[in-house]
Amino acid sequence: MLAEFALAALWLAAALAALQLLAGVLVLSEKALVLGGIVRPLAVVQGLLALAALLGLIGLFATTDLSVALVAENSHSAKPMLYKIAGTWGNHEGSMLLWVAVMGLAGSFVALVERRLPERTMLATLAGQAFVSLGFYAFLLLASNPFARLTQPPPEGNGLNPLLQDPGLAFHPPTLYLGYVGLSIAFSFAIGALVTREVGPAFARAMRPWVLGAWIFLTLGITAGSYWAYYVLGWGGWWFWDPVENASLMPWLAATALLHSCSVLAARDALRAWTVMLGVVAFSMSMIGTFLVRSGILTSVHAFAVDPLRGKFILALLAINIGGALTLFALRAGSVTEGERFSVTSREGALVFNNVMLTGILGIVLIGTLYPLVTEAVGVRVSVGPPYFNPVTALFALPMMLVMMVGPLLRWRRDAPGRVARAQGWVMALPPVVGVVTAAVFIAHGGIGLLPLIGLSLAPALALASLLPLRGRDLTRLPLPVWGMVVAHFGIAVAMAGMASDSAFSTERLIAAHVGEETRVGPWAVRLAGVAPVAGPNWTAMEARLVVRYDGAGATTLTPQSRTYWAPPQTTGVSALLTRWNGQLYTVMGEEVEGDRWQLRLWWKPFVPLIWLGGALVALGGALALLGRVSADLKRISVRTRMADRRQRQGR
Amino acid sequence: MSGPAEKAPRWTLWLPLALFVGFAALVMIGLVHPASQDVPSQMVGKPLPQFVLPAGVPDRPALTSHDFVDGKPRLLNIFASWCIPCGVEAPVLGALAARGAEIDGIAIRDHPADLAGFLAQHGNPFTRLGADDVSAVQLAIGSSGVPETFVIDGHGIIRYQHIGEIRAEEVPFMLGKLAEAAR
Repeated sequence: MLAEFALAALWLAAALAALQLLAGVLVLSEKALVLGGIVRPLAVVQGLLALAALLGLIGLFATTDLSVALVAENSHSAKPMLYKIAGTWGNHEGSMLLWVAVMGLAGSFVALVERRLPERTMLATLAGQAFVSLGFYAFLLLASNPFARLTQPPPEGNGLNPLLQDPGLAFHPPTLYLGYVGLSIAFSFAIGALVTREVGPAFARAMRPWVLGAWIFLTLGITAGSYWAYYVLGWGGWWFWDPVENASLMPWLAATALLHSCSVLAARDALRAWTVMLGVVAFSMSMIGTFLVRSGILTSVHAFAVDPLRGKFILALLAINIGGALTLFALRAGSVTEGERFSVTSREGALVFNNVMLTGILGIVLIGTLYPLVTEAVGVRVSVGPPYFNPVTALFALPMMLVMMVGPLLRWRRDAPGRVARAQGWVMALPPVVGVVTAAVFIAHGGIGLLPLIGLSLAPALALASLLPLRGRDLTRLPLPVWGMVVAHFGIAVAMAGMASDSAFSTERLIAAHVGEETRVGPWAVRLAGVAPVAGPNWTAMEARLVVRYDGAGATTLTPQSRTYWAPPQTTGVSALLTRWNGQLYTVMGEEVEGDRWQLRLWWKPFVPLIWLGGALVALGGALALLGRVSADLKRISVRTRMADRRQRQGR
Repeated sequence: MSGPAEKAPRWTLWLPLALFVGFAALVMIGLVHPASQDVPSQMVGKPLPQFVLPAGVPDRPALTSHDFVDGKPRLLNIFASWCIPCGVEAPVLGALAARGAEIDGIAIRDHPADLAGFLAQHGNPFTRLGADDVSAVQLAIGSSGVPETFVIDGHGIIRYQHIGEIRAEEVPFMLGKLAEAAR
């Protein structure tokens, strides 16, 4: 019954989305103004119904209802409960349902709380949201029904891909989806503003918290995903430029650019058309990324649902949504009146530079991701990897980081380098001096590639420079968004230090060891103390006991495993990691080889955790800024209510 | 001086749409003509790597890469006694040999006793038989599993790589490939 109820809820949600769109259009075309009151309630109920459908599917997975095709194909009764529930979105249909549920809920949330914009713009926004949702509902209901029943339920399910049986799966996809789909709000806001031609500071201020929220989740999702790939795949790498990783990076780049251009629009009423376009592009990148991964058009390690028919459906959806939005943009953006002017040396100038560079990186990543497709069309097979992405991305990222060091110190509208230097004094010289000295030390040390060298010397300079906006300010009264900016920029420096250190100083050993044999990797002594079989709920494994010592210090035991799952039958390595303040020891166990020896793969990666610490700091910065913006809004609302109250008491 | 977005001429407003249309056209081509997923062998058209392998069984001569440069095209079969599909393939190799194909074999990671037992049970279609106990030759000629069969022309050039067992209905096809290699 649960499956039928959930399916009914999904159909109802789709119907309400259609009604929400219709009502919105009728009000905007002034055919039925009375309908204006029902758009917001419709959006709320539609979101709740989509949530109900998702909860229904989670219930089916939790109870392993094998009469539902999706459960039979992707779950197994012997799986731990966490993975039964997380398995709901570990497949195509379930993840698309998660997508529409998040989208519906985001729409509900906007409908409930957002009251700053003119009501007409809000109606257009909600109609836009309904339009986009409707497409995805149609995709789910017509081309990937998650609730389809089997006439003959199998006695047992097929199980979940062992790589996905990891606590990371429980958090990483929902976080990322909150980010992807959260950007749909920015998309709808952009459409709403284009329809009513209300592009201005109020629009930017209304849109900014939604963009910030989505961006925080995207940042967390990408950071967590990178760490997940790092320890689950057992390859010791943290970023592979895989199409799916690129699919998550592209919306992040667009959202980062949007966030910064939003600030310019909110504070200075400039960059109007550009900001609106980024609003459209950010969510378009989410959709394009999903399409590239799900259609099977690009081969990827993440492609768990490869189906060209669905691909055509999503492509049609993309053409309607993105094509429609961009056409609207082209028609209307010309009539969005010109914004304020500013000089090149100014806060706006620095932010425009940031935007151009971010868009440049976005283009680089998009071209790199699509390039195999282009060459395939002329019959040549290629794959694009780090040798392309790393240097070309750096080409844009490095100038951006340099501007990022001074940008926050500049004034709005017009500034002069001389004024900044006078205001900051000798401290201004600190970051470049630190950068040059670090570079000199590492060049003397030798043996470091150009990119890691640049990264290693830029990171401390950037870290210092990111703190400069705090200088000379009363820290107790500094607005939260400024703290947020400082923390996020500092996080970028921290992450960059981790990345550069990983590629400059990592050491790797690949050995076949007898039990009792000791080997060294970096400062570590690693002894294979024993190998023993162990068993879990749905797997058996050979587990190595590694006794490891750092530079002669006390011993710690690590237990990497080579696991064999029986549903589906698959062998996968489970790495064991040891984190110290100055890096991570990464151990992977392989097969047994001739002569009673075991393959071991060992890495010592100095300071590699900084990558994810940096990512977390960036997200924390976003959270601080969001907190600051929302609390300021709440304060403004409460002041306005109090004034209205007083006026009322005084008899108007 | 004004910001770049404000001064932009009108046609630039259509640029994002144009880019998107380009993208959509590109992926449409990709969807309509899905790329074939099989990777063509990189070794086809290249000479056999140099190797000298000891004999796998006493009653057949050993195998070296020189044996292939005598003007006569041959099949080179990579197999092992522990490989179940190889047992399925054995009668088909027998049929190929019966129809005049000369087949040389390489046994991968095998024990002499097991190999002799396998040949006694399934028959021995091989003219020469080398033992590759560490997969060195197998990896060098670009084979990743057993069984695989290579068509080698009279100059020792690899002309075709067949992955998996040869099925009975593929005998004419393989003979055709051999005839092609003779030309």
